[in-house]
Amino acid sequence: MIETIRSLGRWGLDIFERLGRGYLFLMQILAGIPSLLFRGSLVIQQLYSVGVLSFALILVSGLFVGMVLGLQGYNTLVDFGAEESLGVLVSLSLVRELGPVVSALLFAGRAGSALTAEIGLMKSTEQLSGMEMMAVDPIKRVISPRFLAGFISMPLLAAVFSAVGIFGGFLVGHGLLGVDDGAFWSQMQVKTDWYDDVLNGVIKSIVFGFVVTWIALFEGYDAIPTSEGVGRATTRTVVHSAFAILGLDFVLTALMFGD
Amino acid sequence: MPLIKIRDLHFYRGDKAIFEGVNIDIHRGKITAIMGPSGTGKTTLLRLIGGQLRPDKGTIEVDGQDVHKLSHTELYELRKRMGMLFQSGALLTDINVFENVAFPIREHTQLPESMIRDLVLMKLQAVGLRNARNLMPSELSGGMARRVALARAMMLDPMMIMYDEPFTGQDPISMGTLVNLIHRMNDAMNLTSIIVSHDVIETAEISDFIYLLSGGKVIEQGSSVQLKQSSSHWVQQFMQGLPDGPVPFHYPGVSLADDLLSPEDLS
Amino acid sequence: MIRNKSTEITVGMFVAAGLIAIFILAMKVSNFTEFNDDAGYHVIAEFENIGGLKVRSPVTMAGVRVGRVANITLDPESYNAQVTLSLYSDFNTIPTDTAASIYTSGLLGEQYIGLEAGAEDEFLQDGDVIDLTQPALVLEKMISQFLYSKAEGD
Repeated sequence: MIETIRSLGRWGLDIFERLGRGYLFLMQILAGIPSLLFRGSLVIQQLYSVGVLSFALILVSGLFVGMVLGLQGYNTLVDFGAEESLGVLVSLSLVRELGPVVSALLFAGRAGSALTAEIGLMKSTEQLSGMEMMAVDPIKRVISPRFLAGFISMPLLAAVFSAVGIFGGFLVGHGLLGVDDGAFWSQMQVKTDWYDDVLNGVIKSIVFGFVVTWIALFEGYDAIPTSEGVGRATTRTVVHSAFAILGLDFVLTALMFGD
Repeated sequence: MPLIKIRDLHFYRGDKAIFEGVNIDIHRGKITAIMGPSGTGKTTLLRLIGGQLRPDKGTIEVDGQDVHKLSHTELYELRKRMGMLFQSGALLTDINVFENVAFPIREHTQLPESMIRDLVLMKLQAVGLRNARNLMPSELSGGMARRVALARAMMLDPMMIMYDEPFTGQDPISMGTLVNLIHRMNDAMNLTSIIVSHDVIETAEISDFIYLLSGGKVIEQGSSVQLKQSSSHWVQQFMQGLPDGPVPFHYPGVSLADDLLSPEDLS
Repeated sequence: MIRNKSTEITVGMFVAAGLIAIFILAMKVSNFTEFNDDAGYHVIAEFENIGGLKVRSPVTMAGVRVGRVANITLDPESYNAQVTLSLYSDFNTIPTDTAASIYTSGLLGEQYIGLEAGAEDEFLQDGDVIDLTQPALVLEKMISQFLYSKAEGD
């Protein structure tokens, strides 16, 4: 019994220790960002590996999610005789919630885990240590560019997800199910508010990008430098990111769309 | 004045004492070896000298500067004058040999590309790998990777180089190459070299001075000749690679007679 | 990673695609375009009760959207709701005796202001006041009115 309590206490302290380390790590990353103004090539490289390579995934997923929304939305609205409002349903669902959240989850799975694995591998092959001994700050050279790339990519990917999803919803709604295209777009345009809906969604995706990239980089940097350790770190990235995204989504939604 | 002065060094990892009161002098222009059985913390010592770890007690002075009292910027300035060769070479895996060797110059100076190219090629020539410049690190053998890392460590013309287990796991030919390179580099560029190793023969061959560490303390120090004449049985066992001696062959416990006559682990 | 022209080009295309997506969301999906008409003019109308009217609720005339609600406050002297209407500059021929009423659109009750044109020759300018207003219909008041008139009738 005492043992359980003691291990619980230790677990709690471990969490605080990790949080503290993670926070200090974040401060170091942010401190390294100003110098990147002169080294755009590093950021561009990372934008490629983090953003461009996730693009196809986001595009396809967005399209399918939008199409499913079109189908399911129609099935539900038709019972109320409100199928003309399908455009509103699709656009608000995507722009407010599904766009930022689903793309963030996909991003964490694809780009986040790749970042963790990359950094963890660099740690275990002593590349980070080697850089330190060559008087090159590994955080400024390796971590900060990746952070900036993730932070910039996330809102762009979320916007693409939403836009493509709406198009997918239109394809299904108008092309397949016969919803009037005029009604689809006009109702959507009236009811989708630029500030309250689109910009709030963008803000969400910016927050998600910040948190997911931070988690991914930290888990890699903090990983135990063995193959097993890196593997576990990658899993942790995806799991912790998922928790963070969904939890933050609730908080942000309550703040933005509550009263 | 010695280049590196280590005084009363104490370092603990958890409860385990890695160093307990270690005093070491590294003299300029000489090759100094730090030897001892595996796990005595020899790599830790290099990290302490480079400022990657902090001692729990004691001081480490490099070229008159207390390493652990330096600011972040000053420490990084000092590191530019130190070269370090990691056991695996620690090359950056996503760029080729040329780019790896050029890395320190690209990061720390604004020299034009033509000049960088010449410098890199010269250093690669010194280690015999000039024509391997377009290979990727994954295509190199262990020995070649270490030679590239050596070329890279030389790029900023450091005042000292630390070698972490340079001979471990090498075939005789690459071992000979490395031994030769370390010796020539040290003499040609008037470097100070620190070799951390437990390959007695190769290390003793080129070292000017040897420190033997065990159990967190300096057991013996001197030239290789002096160590071979040491009266300590432990030193003799280590230097000659004898299987039994102060470090026993048999894991300590019950004697053989007792084990066979009165077996207690049969239920 | 090989850093060359093609990497930079693809990154540029990626960023462009993201920005285009945001642009599409702005133009074709949301009501962003309506904000361009902020260069309109403002008139004030006082209501006894605005019901569920909100800022940015539509202002229509004969069903055509002519502006939106810019601001809602309480008049400290008359204790009426003071609503500022922002009318698009295209619609500058609204007579000064126009009536403003609060209606409910559809069953699900989004409220808006409907304007009924008057007969004056002078038109509303920036800062003018609409005098003729009709408040929103509050369900409880209607019920109590109904019950009261029923009771009287008995």
